[in-house]
Amino acid sequence: MRIALFATCLADTLFPEAAKATVRLLERLGHEVVFPLEQTCCGQMHVNTGYQRDALPLVKRYVSAFSRYDVIVAPSGSCVGSIRHQHAMVAAGQGERGLAARAHDLGSRTYELSELLIDVLRVEDVGAYYPHRVTYHPTCHSLRMIRVGDKPLRLLRRVRGLELVELPAAEQCCGFGGTFAIKNAATSAAMLADKMTAIASTGAEVCTAGDASCLMHIGGGLRRASSGVRTVHLAEILASEA
Amino acid sequence: MTTFLGMPATAPRGVGHLRGDTTFPRAARQALGNEQLRRNLRHATSTIRGKSSRVIAELPDWQELRTAGSAIKADVMSRLPELLEQLEARVTERGGVVHWAADANEANQIVTGLVRATGSDRVIKVKSMATQEIGLNEALEAAGIQPVETDLAELIVQLGNDRPSHILVPAIHRNRTEIRDIFLAAMPGVDPSLTDDPPVLAAAARKYLRETFLSTRVAVSGANFGIAETGTLAVVESEGNGRMCLTLPDTLITVMGIEKVVPTWRDLEVFLQLLPRASTGERMNPYTTMWTGVTPGDGPREFHLVLLDNGRSAVLADEVGRQALHCIRCSACLNVCPVYERTGGHAYGSVYPGPIGAVLSPQLTGVEDNASLPYASSLCGACFDACPVKIDIPSILVHLRNRVPHPPAERAAMRAAAYTMDRPRLYAHAQRAAKLARIAGRRGRGLPPPLSSWTVSRDLPAPPDQTFRDWWASR
Amino acid sequence: MSSKDVILGRVRAALRDAPAPGEVPREYRRTFPGADLDLLVDRLVDYRASVRRVAEDTVAPTAAEIAGGTIVVPQGLPPAWRPADVLVDDGLAPDRIAAAAAVLTAAAVAVAETGTIVLDASPDQGRRIITLLPDVHIVVLRPGQVVASVPEALARLDPARPLTWISGPSATSDIELNRVEGVHGPRHLHVLLLDG
Repeated sequence: MRIALFATCLADTLFPEAAKATVRLLERLGHEVVFPLEQTCCGQMHVNTGYQRDALPLVKRYVSAFSRYDVIVAPSGSCVGSIRHQHAMVAAGQGERGLAARAHDLGSRTYELSELLIDVLRVEDVGAYYPHRVTYHPTCHSLRMIRVGDKPLRLLRRVRGLELVELPAAEQCCGFGGTFAIKNAATSAAMLADKMTAIASTGAEVCTAGDASCLMHIGGGLRRASSGVRTVHLAEILASEA
Repeated sequence: MTTFLGMPATAPRGVGHLRGDTTFPRAARQALGNEQLRRNLRHATSTIRGKSSRVIAELPDWQELRTAGSAIKADVMSRLPELLEQLEARVTERGGVVHWAADANEANQIVTGLVRATGSDRVIKVKSMATQEIGLNEALEAAGIQPVETDLAELIVQLGNDRPSHILVPAIHRNRTEIRDIFLAAMPGVDPSLTDDPPVLAAAARKYLRETFLSTRVAVSGANFGIAETGTLAVVESEGNGRMCLTLPDTLITVMGIEKVVPTWRDLEVFLQLLPRASTGERMNPYTTMWTGVTPGDGPREFHLVLLDNGRSAVLADEVGRQALHCIRCSACLNVCPVYERTGGHAYGSVYPGPIGAVLSPQLTGVEDNASLPYASSLCGACFDACPVKIDIPSILVHLRNRVPHPPAERAAMRAAAYTMDRPRLYAHAQRAAKLARIAGRRGRGLPPPLSSWTVSRDLPAPPDQTFRDWWASR
Repeated sequence: MSSKDVILGRVRAALRDAPAPGEVPREYRRTFPGADLDLLVDRLVDYRASVRRVAEDTVAPTAAEIAGGTIVVPQGLPPAWRPADVLVDDGLAPDRIAAAAAVLTAAAVAVAETGTIVLDASPDQGRRIITLLPDVHIVVLRPGQVVASVPEALARLDPARPLTWISGPSATSDIELNRVEGVHGPRHLHVLLLDG
């Protein structure tokens, strides 16, 4: 299958390993990956901070960059959530009805990685090998906005060598929330502290998730605390081989 | 009347409790420093979450009930004038008197005037969000009338000269020892050997209030539901203080927000299943009282219903935000909110705390008066899942953020970011230049505000040698 | 212009562009199998009510035994249920009601699924005040009054009457979310469920 990759601005700029892993994984499974160069950012930060007008060009850009592809994947539940649930709203809110219809349609063809693997490619065992003790944090937008459910866990359970340990209070927000982490830094840090305590209680070496943004937040806290626990994107684990 | 007639109007300033005196982040930072508060909140919210999820799991049709509840409320909003007039007609037919209050000031005047007319200098009160919203207690006190809160938690708050911090459990921020100390300090005639055992504390409140219930001739209540079809009002409670207030006095005055009207008697079959399970985590709350006008020989001889706007029409005018008026005040969204759990209710400034407060208060007052509240959420979405009438709180938050006045520096930065991201070559160039850690030093500790608030508790990621885009080009 | 006109004018202005009302989907359970008396008992007990299943001719002695003192009864209580030491409510002053050991009434409807008893102030239940002030409330329930669910209960009730829905004794969860039975309403609820 020919799959267009939306790398997301965050992975493209700061966490390229997550996007590279997505490419390696899909190619290993026998698919063709394309990367439309005119892509940049989904505009979620603008929408969620209250700048929908400024987000409109980014919605247009996403639609024009990806409209010609049947299947698009992004290694981020949050960005997929924005594309699926906000793009049409942003367009409609500014009177762009045609764009809203195209954005809506495109949203239904844009998948988060675990959705693509399980719902579209129908694969649970991706042939990965990752000999580590791992805990999984289901990020809020993956869990409650696009509802990936247990798909990431089903994929992780089939990874050879991987010991999966359950994260207590997993469904609680890590406190990232985009600009929330800056505008309400103290509250965000309090939420992060509890998330780190939960992670530490699992004894895991690695905390994984489907969103580079939440991992940046959690990972930043874990490094500051010199906890010894690493954050690794789900795509990187699934792409790992013996 | 200070407003243009016929135009939706926000709640007036200078009266009531919809506006805090500081911003949410500032108030939250203060609350976060209170370890006792955080322990109380964590215990209380996790207890109630557990109870609620157990009794919700007992109902096989919970989702269908939510869908119906949401649709009934949407229907109410779209037919509000007709339903309010129908409610007025039915209440009047049954011997009640209906009053219309455009805002908090008018409502306070109406209630104060009604109490004065009875000659009583004291009223007993059932816990009511609407009367807190309008600052009725202060208005009564200014008129020389003593309001006595009869709900245990409201009594704790009143005796402690405190403010409620939760819609359902207003003294959630207090633990048993603090409550005992408040009673010892402020409850007339209290036994000095009072312990902090909850049954002992509840018994002290019973003893203290019993005489007041029997000797006070006027009561003030709110209403959970007002049925347009029948003129029936309903109050849902637990302790029996509601039954006391609604049954014993000669005069009953009920203050009800205009959004609380429900079309038909049958609609209660939805809300009486949704509310207790979402709210206290009970299959049914201990007591619900329903009354229609006046019943000769049983209960109050005079009944007044005050219908309150106070900004609700302004909320209704916003096509995205109006669903905040669907709220049935269960407070499930507070109990699942990770922000509320850590900051408590006072940080929100308004009587409506938590996620629903963050969308309701700014709309009632106008967003400029509560500009920090729409940002008091990480948009985690737990509130939407918990809401028994499916209010999409995250979407309203995002919508309101688009309407608040933005700080100029932030606006400039957002514009610049959008400009760059709409130009892939400029974007790629900026990516390579954005070696944040190099500007900021190791661990990113040298960043300027507001980015420095990130690095107070988190390291920045080390910048990669190569962006994904560059790697792709080099393959 | 009255405040009513102002408010309704504002609301109409606010709704100018609002969509027309839609049909309410009622896909929740609206038909139920017969009421399960055991479930009712289970739910009542779960909320700390005491339940006894009794024959009709033992209501009076059972109530007398529970009360251990004067019992207030409504005027329309079936004579066969009346214990010896009763105070019939013919407009009793509140302090006399409050001083009684207990109150004994019938009920209008009970809901098995929620453990709820509804009083509708019929002659066998009396004024609302009599079931509010005594510390013990004894309710006699006929099996035919028990329905499975809240929707069925509402269908049987007349909204024109003053209604009191009771689920267990008075309770509060205001102190650290711990449920404490007994604040202002009766601290003890006894249900006598009649046989057959």
